[in-house]
Parts: sequence; C-alpha cells; structure tokens
Amino acid sequence: MPLSACVAGVAQHRAQRHFRGSPLFSIEQWANLAAEALSDAGIEPGEVDGICCGGDIIEASRFVPATIAEYCGWSVNLAERVDLGGASAVGAVWRAATAIDAGLCDVVVCGFVSEPRPPDPNPGPPDPGYVYGASSNEWGSPQAEFDIPYGNLGQNCGYAMYARRYHDLHGWDEASRAKIVVDQRASAAVNPDAVFHGVPVTADEVLSSPMIATPLHMFEIVMPVSGAAAVVVTSQKRAGSARHRPVRVAGFGEHITHKTPTYAPDLLTTPVAAAAQKALAMAGITPADVDMVQIYDCYSITVLLTIENSGFCGPGQGLAFVRDHDLSYRGDFPCNTHGGQLGFGQAGLAGGMSHVVEAVAQIQGRAGERQLARHDRAYVSGTGGVMSEQSALVLVGL
Amino acid sequence: MTHVPATGSEPLAPPLPRPTPTSAPYWEGLAAGRLRLQHCQTCAAWIHYPRVRCPACFGTDLAWEAVEASGVLYTFTVAVRPTAPMFAGSVPQVIGVVELPVGVRITTTIETDDPDGLRVGMAMKGVFDTSERVALLRFTPDR
Ligand SMILES: [Zn+2]
Repeated sequence: MPLSACVAGVAQHRAQRHFRGSPLFSIEQWANLAAEALSDAGIEPGEVDGICCGGDIIEASRFVPATIAEYCGWSVNLAERVDLGGASAVGAVWRAATAIDAGLCDVVVCGFVSEPRPPDPNPGPPDPGYVYGASSNEWGSPQAEFDIPYGNLGQNCGYAMYARRYHDLHGWDEASRAKIVVDQRASAAVNPDAVFHGVPVTADEVLSSPMIATPLHMFEIVMPVSGAAAVVVTSQKRAGSARHRPVRVAGFGEHITHKTPTYAPDLLTTPVAAAAQKALAMAGITPADVDMVQIYDCYSITVLLTIENSGFCGPGQGLAFVRDHDLSYRGDFPCNTHGGQLGFGQAGLAGGMSHVVEAVAQIQGRAGERQLARHDRAYVSGTGGVMSEQSALVLVGL
Repeated sequence: MTHVPATGSEPLAPPLPRPTPTSAPYWEGLAAGRLRLQHCQTCAAWIHYPRVRCPACFGTDLAWEAVEASGVLYTFTVAVRPTAPMFAGSVPQVIGVVELPVGVRITTTIETDDPDGLRVGMAMKGVFDTSERVALLRFTPDR
C-alpha cells in the first residue's frame, strides 16, 4: 500500500553565527518553533497529537517528549525522541509519517532547536563530558577503551579517514571534492537565511583554507550556527485542506551498522546505500527520476559518498560525477539548493532538518531566487555519527 | 561521565583504556608484547574489540588466541588540529586503522617520520607501547 502522510508546513530560523535575537530556553524555543510551523501549515495547535523531537531540549536530558507535551498543553498519541545525530530529522519525518499512516495520530510536529539560552546568573561547573562530543568515555564503552586513547574521537578525524581511503582507491582529484563546496556556496549566496549569503567561494579558496585533518580543510567542514527547524506531518486528508501543496512522504529507509568507522563492514559502502535503495524502491522510482537531492553534508566527503552510495553514479565515479555536473540551484544536478549545511550553516540537530525544509520549500514552489523549474520529487538524506547512522526520504508533491 | 577537567592550566593527558573483565586478556596480552584476539569456536570469526558474544553468529564460545601484530593500513589521517583538548600536545597526530590478515580492524596511531609517505594498503607492523600504565598497540610501516 503506498504511503499517504504528507508534510504540510515548515518553519526554519535564519542561521546566525552571532545570535541577535532574545535568548529563550530550549523548551520555549521549541514551543515557538512549533507554533510557526503550524501557522505555516494552516493547522491549529489543538490538532497536534504527536511529537518527534531530539535530545536538544537542554532543560530535559530525559523524558523529552513528555516535557514538550506538558509544556505545550498537548495530549499526544506519538511521543518520540529520535537519537540518530544528524539523521534525527529525516528519521523523525518517516516515524511521524508511518505513525499517521498506521492511524495512531493525525498531526505530528517534528522539531529541533539550537539557539542560545539566557545566560545563567548562577552558573554551575562546566560539564566535563563535552570534550568527548558524541563519543562515550564511560567505563565499558568500546570507544573509551579502543578508540579514544588513540585520539580517534569527534567527527573530523573520522570523516578525514573516509576521504583518505576514497582518494587512495579512486584518485586524488581534490578540486572536484572542493567543487561540492563551491557549488553549494553558490546556492547559499542567494539564500538570505544562509550564514554564507552573498559569500561564494572558489575551489582554490577551499583547498587553501586551513588543514584540519588531512585531507579535509576548514571550508569543507560545516560552520556551527544558531537556528531551529521544524515540519508538520499530517494525513493526506488533512494536508489537502491545509495552506500549501501537500508533500507526500513517498518512501523512506534507514540503516545502521556501526558507531565508529573502524568497525564498518566496508568503509566506502556506507549505510546510506541500503537506506536509499529502500526509500527509492518504496516510492517506486529510480535515482534518475528525482528533480533534486538534499543531501546531509557535514563535510564535503559526506556528499561525495552519499551521491555515490545512493546510486546517482557508480562506485568510484563520484569525483567525475561532481566534475561533470553543476550542483548549484542553476545546475543540472541540484544538490542542497539552500546551500546545504556547508553554505547555510549547521544549527545542531536542526541542520539535518534544513534539508527536509528545503525539499518541501522547493516542491511547494516557494524557494525564492533559488526556485527550481522542475520541483516535484526530492531525495533527502540524513547522516549521523561518522557516516554511521543514515536515513533517506523520497518526498513527492501532490 | 568520566571526570576529566575540560578547562584549567594543567595540560590534559590522553585518557588511558580501562580494562573490563571481558577485555582484560587483550590488555594483559599487549603488556606482555603479544596481540591476542577472541576467536569464535562456533563460526571461526575473529573478533575485535572483545565482546561477550560473537558479532558474526552471536555465540558465546570464544577463545583467546595470539596472532601476529601486523597488517595493512586501511586508512589514516594526520590530525593537524587536536581531536580533543587531551591531544593538544600530540599534534600533528597520525590516527589510523590497521586491518589484520584475519580480517579485524584496529584503531591505532602510526609512528613514522614520513607521514607524507603513508599510503592505504601499506604493510604495517605493531609497536607495543608500554610507556604508560596500560600498554597500547601502535603501528609503524613495515619496510
Ligand atoms: Zn561466531
């Protein structure tokens, strides 16, 4: 039976390196963001009966959906905290859609927030855990025992090791890897909400930016920003009477095999391969049928591997593919038309939602200067960890 | 959460492994200059890191057996910026993954005077680093 639930509305805050709004607590940010997304959809707050969120509500380290439901005054039949890092947003959308298609609920808000909170007048000691990032240094954690002691923690060195193996096996065309950033920054340059609005970049500038972990340079790595992003997912029936063109969740996939790349079954066949195959098959289409791709891009290499693993070109052909196509909003292979996170900025878990929001905005024909002429079908990916947690969506306009 | 201070004037030391009852034979092996791995007696898979169950067949009949500490360089990076404050004194640090002939991969650091000469697929040999309280297995090109 074909999937039926639709994205009806979106909300996304402007990416800012230096936040100029009024600081709010995460729970306050979430409530305001949900109100914006519901207003965009033309759906009343009282209709909400489902929540998908992440672990980014600072005031609630546990029991996050209950905290949100209580705060917003909602009685929900779906209360989901998605724990997939950068793939959380894409994972939230398909979880919401399947719950709606199963009849569990009718209107689900999927939201992620990452804006500053008010400064604490009585700050406690700094959290000692933050230096380990997404890695766990708990006793008994495999990472604590077998990876962290060798310096293998955080994201930079992990993604750099994907890039090293890719280039040693498939050639050292670094200008094409840099071109991913160049093309996305060309799209960001015309997006007023992007942190790099009006600031395009050249391949030479990318490759001469400071080296972080060989072969990856600073401009190939996302810029952390403040921001927030949410979507409203609802039944096709409800979406039909909402404000904008319904965007059906036509296919999805998810695949996870490892946390640390050392233990991946094969480093260069990342889990998105299986996720994409499932999503496209579910939607009944092939890679050639999509009008745009919105690909999770924490690093340049993430885009390269995702394009290849998702089936847009053959194994080892990614660099040639990027060289031969224009990935900007003007191009023949529109990829991350909002600039991607490399051009828009990465606002925590909301960064992964930026790809969903852009796909919906394009499909609904309200992407402004970067609007695509053909805009009915989008492939969207989400990546968490170090290419370890991966989810994919096919979104189709009705 | 392990309590390593995140700020302060003292240079932070890289954290050492804390062996567990399951993994102790691995670390005892390294301290004695031998690489020992779990070998599944049910499906013959070699296992790293140590577990209570074989990740290939989920069986529990696992034996510790010695293997040669050599393999090929699966991938690596030169971390120019420290990956965490504890490694600020270690950069540039060559972090890598070595694949053993039995198929397992091990996270390590590569000891070399010539990081530019490193290539994926190069032969590597183990270096048992006993300079700290817990021995670590590092690798170096096998020329
Ligand atoms: Zn086994």
